[in-house]
Amino acid sequence: MRRAIEDLGFLALRFADDLGKLALFTLRILAARFTPPLRCGAFVTELFKLGVLSLIIICVSGMAVGMVLGLQGYNTLVRFGAEQSLGAVVGLSLIRELGPVLTALLATGRAGSATAAEIGSMVATEQLDGLRMMSINPVHLVVTPKASAMIAVMPLLSALFIVCGLFGGYAVGVGLMGLDGGTYMSSLQSAVDFHDDVLGSLLKALIFGVLIGLISTYRGYTSAPTSEGVSAATTSTVVIGSVSVLIFDYFITALWGV
Amino acid sequence: MAFGSRVVFDSLSCGFPRGKISVILGGSGSGKSTILRLVGGLVQPRSGVILVEGQDIVGLAERRMYEVRRKLGMMFQGGALLDSLTVFDNLAFPLREHTRLTETEIAAEVQNRLDAVGMSNVGDLLPGQLSGGMLKRAALARAIIRKPSILLCDEPFSGLDPASTKRIERLLVRMNRDSSVTMLVVSHHIPSTMRMADRVLLLLPQGAVEGQPQELRAHADPRVTAFMNEDPDLDAESLEDPDEPPAGKAVRARGGMR
Amino acid sequence: MTRSPLRDLLVGLFVLVGLCAIAYLSFSVGGLSYSGPGGLTIYAAFDQTGGLKPRAPVVISGVKVGQVTSIALDPSFRARVAMDLDGRLKLPTDTTASIVTAGILGDRYVSLQLGGDDKVLASGDSITFTESAIILESLIGKFMYGRTGGSTGGENGGSGGDEAQKKGS
Repeated sequence: MRRAIEDLGFLALRFADDLGKLALFTLRILAARFTPPLRCGAFVTELFKLGVLSLIIICVSGMAVGMVLGLQGYNTLVRFGAEQSLGAVVGLSLIRELGPVLTALLATGRAGSATAAEIGSMVATEQLDGLRMMSINPVHLVVTPKASAMIAVMPLLSALFIVCGLFGGYAVGVGLMGLDGGTYMSSLQSAVDFHDDVLGSLLKALIFGVLIGLISTYRGYTSAPTSEGVSAATTSTVVIGSVSVLIFDYFITALWGV
Repeated sequence: MAFGSRVVFDSLSCGFPRGKISVILGGSGSGKSTILRLVGGLVQPRSGVILVEGQDIVGLAERRMYEVRRKLGMMFQGGALLDSLTVFDNLAFPLREHTRLTETEIAAEVQNRLDAVGMSNVGDLLPGQLSGGMLKRAALARAIIRKPSILLCDEPFSGLDPASTKRIERLLVRMNRDSSVTMLVVSHHIPSTMRMADRVLLLLPQGAVEGQPQELRAHADPRVTAFMNEDPDLDAESLEDPDEPPAGKAVRARGGMR
Repeated sequence: MTRSPLRDLLVGLFVLVGLCAIAYLSFSVGGLSYSGPGGLTIYAAFDQTGGLKPRAPVVISGVKVGQVTSIALDPSFRARVAMDLDGRLKLPTDTTASIVTAGILGDRYVSLQLGGDDKVLASGDSITFTESAIILESLIGKFMYGRTGGSTGGENGGSGGDEAQKKGS
């Protein structure tokens, strides 16, 4: 019994310890962000790796989700005779929730794990130590561009996901179910308000980007220098990143709606 | 000096004379690489003093450590070159970061080092395309790019065939002769140690022994002589020490995070 | 990885397309207007706003001419609504402002009925004639109580919300 309590206490302390370390790590990234050299080249390269390379999965998934929404939405609304509002239903669902959240989950799996693995293997092969020995700050060179790129990329990917989803919903509702195209669009436009919906959506995407950027780089940076450690870093990035996104989603939604 | 709960050294005291080649010998897990990492400031001891050219580096802030490292060059066991850059860019990297030299001047410096290690034509290759011996030489070239006064070599002969081993050995010796670079070499290759070392530090579980190679070979303590005569005096020991994990990962677990 | 012009181009395209998507969502779908403030600031005091929100539209004859910028209590505890309207508007000083509902259960907005005065409201002026929002619950309540109290119906209308009760048995 006493053992169990001790273990629990140890876990709690370790959690707090990890959180503190993550906070310190975040400060280091911030400090590096504002110290020259700015490393724009690395930043652009990371934009490519995290953004451009995620385009296909984001757009395809977005369209698929939009199509499902269109289908499910239509089938449900038609029971109440409200199928004219399909545009609004698809649009609001995508913009307020599914766009930022699903994009974040996909990005965690693709870009987040890639980042964690890359940094982790640099730790394992002593490349980061090599940088230190050359008097180069590895956080500055490797971590900050990756984290910054993640933050910058998320709103863009989220918007693209949503647009593809809207198109998917249109394709199903108008093309398949026979709704009038104009009705779809006007229902969409009258229901969506920039300040209440779109702005909140972009804010969520940005915050998720911060979360994923921090978690993936931190896990990679602190991974054990073995191949097992790299794999652990990658999986924990996906798990912790995904759960954090979902939890933060609730809090942001609750606070933004006020 | 301890990693987490594993004690590596307990009151170790040793010195490495300026301008001479000192070889650190010992079984796997004895902490040879740890000494290098202590000198490089990559890990911190629990207590004690480390004097690098008269300056105590224990507890030094990372930014100060960067200045100290200008005098240091480290040749990592796995090379630790940035695997996304060509050999040329790897060598040019510290120069581009820390000096105002023009590209032409940088190219000249890089070529000079590549020539010195006999790798004049591999500038455009990626580290992944190099053979074991070439990788070591590239790592050496990078270690000396900033003309350090102290060179740290972590297992420069590991994983090499006899011819390459001889080549590296000759390079190191010549470098020491030409520029009086102080060298700390971690090795388990006894024959080359006998040939090139001015001083030897032998780490045994029972304690450490310092002295000239000849002294240790004829030492009073039978455990010392057993170690010194352990490997047959042949060239054909291209076999790695099976206990020593590649790149000494196990030893480095949970080293101080910098 | 070494930088290649192709890669930079793709990144640039990606950012461009992403920004366009954001712009589309903001302006076309979300209805963000890129025109600056209209320029004409007009105030109106109401007894009851009925849930009127900032950024609600201000409408003349069904056409949006501006939006509500803020709502606050004035010293006499009436609701003072500030509106930002199209600067080109010429509103007579006897214009009426009413808070109406879009549909039966929709959002509230402000509708202006022009008066006939020669003098025009300037920026910073207040509208004198206002009609407060009709609260559906009070209407139903009055109807019910009116019934129980033996009189038929009660209607809520006009500024200040005076009741006109018809008694009859």
